[in-house]
Amino acid sequence: MSGQILWGIMPYIVLTIFIGGHIYRYQHDQFGWTAKSSELLEKKKLAAGSTLFHWGLLCVVGGHVMGILIPEGVYASLGISEHMYHKMAIGAGLPAGIAACTGLVILTYRRLFDKRIRKTSSPSDILTLLLLLFMMLSGVAATFLNIDSKGFDYRTTVGPWFREIVLFRPDASLMESVPLWFKFHIVIGYVVFILWPFTRLVHVFSLPLKYLTRSYVVYRKRS
Amino acid sequence: MKIKAQIGMVMNLDKCIGCHTCSVTCKNTWTNRSGAEYMYFNNVETKPGIGYPKQWEDQDKYKGGWTLKKGKLELKSGSKTNRLAGLFYNPNQPSIDDYYEPWNYDYETLTNSPQKKHQPVARPKSSLTGDFMNIEWGPNWEDDLAGGHITGLEDPNVQKMEESIKTEFDDVFMMYLPRICEHCINPACVSSCPSGAMYKREEDGIVLVDQNACRSWRYCVSSCPYKKVYFNWQTNKAEKCTLCFPRLEAGLPTICSETCVGRIRYLGVMLYDADKVEEAASVENEKDLYHSQLDVFLDPNDPEVAKLAKEQGIPAEWIEAAQQSPIYKMIIDWKIALPLHPEYRTLPMVWYIPPLSPIMNLFEGKGSRQTAEDIFPAIDQMRIPIDYLAQLLTAGDTDHIRSTLKKMSVMRQYMRAVQTNKSIDPELISSVGLTEQQIEDMYRLLAIAKYDDRFVIPSSHREEVSDLYAEQGSCGLSFSGGPGSCF
Repeated sequence: MSGQILWGIMPYIVLTIFIGGHIYRYQHDQFGWTAKSSELLEKKKLAAGSTLFHWGLLCVVGGHVMGILIPEGVYASLGISEHMYHKMAIGAGLPAGIAACTGLVILTYRRLFDKRIRKTSSPSDILTLLLLLFMMLSGVAATFLNIDSKGFDYRTTVGPWFREIVLFRPDASLMESVPLWFKFHIVIGYVVFILWPFTRLVHVFSLPLKYLTRSYVVYRKRS
Repeated sequence: MKIKAQIGMVMNLDKCIGCHTCSVTCKNTWTNRSGAEYMYFNNVETKPGIGYPKQWEDQDKYKGGWTLKKGKLELKSGSKTNRLAGLFYNPNQPSIDDYYEPWNYDYETLTNSPQKKHQPVARPKSSLTGDFMNIEWGPNWEDDLAGGHITGLEDPNVQKMEESIKTEFDDVFMMYLPRICEHCINPACVSSCPSGAMYKREEDGIVLVDQNACRSWRYCVSSCPYKKVYFNWQTNKAEKCTLCFPRLEAGLPTICSETCVGRIRYLGVMLYDADKVEEAASVENEKDLYHSQLDVFLDPNDPEVAKLAKEQGIPAEWIEAAQQSPIYKMIIDWKIALPLHPEYRTLPMVWYIPPLSPIMNLFEGKGSRQTAEDIFPAIDQMRIPIDYLAQLLTAGDTDHIRSTLKKMSVMRQYMRAVQTNKSIDPELISSVGLTEQQIEDMYRLLAIAKYDDRFVIPSSHREEVSDLYAEQGSCGLSFSGGPGSCF
């Protein structure tokens, strides 16, 4: 029963808050919708921390898409064996995870112990960083504990579970055999996704790709 | 031809006394808020000096403005992709210490200190951390050349000169440079803003930041070569000089111009051809940029231009204002105003009349030669101040500086002759390419400087675009995260 709540019902509660929260915030708080850069106040630690974290994380997100969203069958049809996939995932995923984690540790240290940053931080800034740190550490730990190629295969459990949720066919039983570390990682993910729309993380959806096709100078008429 | 109207400013540096009234009234109007306390939309620098923020003119460091890449105009910070890749960390963004750490004083100890042997002191306290601090730099640290024997030599303009400035008291020269946003015709800040939050107003060319669209990517801050876009560390949004648009819309001058005790500021409308802008900003030789910008401006008294402007929707009031524009006279007719750092290729719209005072001090000062005929040789001999002014205003071309200074000095001599009933050599007047009438007009605009002559600002008919009745009593501050409503 608790499995049904955690893996069958919770994802929908989380997604509702995540999507609804974003829509609400976008409608009501454009002024607060920013990346909240603190580079003006501290540059050195930010240079290392932010660069490592963001680029590392982009790779990690790519890895999640490859491992969770794309079914195992696709790889099989491309002739990529289970062993090859596993080597690829560990080989690329671990360094990216470690880079992002290192960056995050630097950023957290900077936020808590750099006086200018600490004094100008909101509780939400600190909470966001700590939660992300938890999530990343649990993810890297899960990967480390699963380094053995004969280990647990998330592509037959977590992957289908996630895809079935997206297709509105939740199947909590798929999560039964999943090791504790992976479950822990997902549960922290729930918390992060619930808080996401109400923190600075909203900036992820403002990646200004339109800039690439825009003319340089923008003119606006008074409305 | 695509005609656009632009409000521009000219500052007559010859009359700036460095009193900072403009900075103070600007600050009281716009930036006396936490998070913005370090910002000066208007500041007055003593030159030579490194300025605010430190060495803002060093574009190798901050990568501001435009550059030519294989003959094509590109931002100095690189391609668009380059900037997107640098969103996570912008190596060229100044840090708060490049401006100064804002502080306040612990005034309370003055009133609640117990009886002590020594008088209580209001110690400076950082506005960022709340800690007591030692003040080691400020927004106007180099006022009147304070420390100029050190920082003056670090001035990027000085470093570009062939001969260095002298810092001995007897030989030293200085000038004031009041600075606001240039409201450029080809703004680098707008062009570098990934989220499209910055824009140039179609009607009057004022460059603004949409506070609701800014996502804190910060490229405007580093890409503005004048460092006139600031980052609010509390709201995490960019802010800048608004050219006091609510005042301009009502036909009033900006607060810095209104309160200038030296009456050095002029505001007026210029018409320009938007189709020519890219070409003008892309000329190969930096020294040609002054002239290429002059070519962008249109003559509002040309009936063809006026007709076309009307057809393209520019209101009649604006065309009339352009025809009476005081800045048009100084920029185009008399050619005594010059753009600040044209080599940044942004086509700036705050222009400057170079100061004659560094020269006149030596010329009219104690023990100097007094005859009027000596002024031209004197101007020709003053290599260092003229070289310096050329670095500031003409990308290093000293000819324009000399001809401007000669015009100014001829104006002085002519008016002195008129006042003292003496004659003046007519060749002196024609040698600078002016007529007696023009000199009289110049004198009237520069020296008498009547309010209505200095500011020719057409109202922009706000009542046509918004419901002013409904806006009565409202204020622009009651947004989420803002300071709240005015009541």
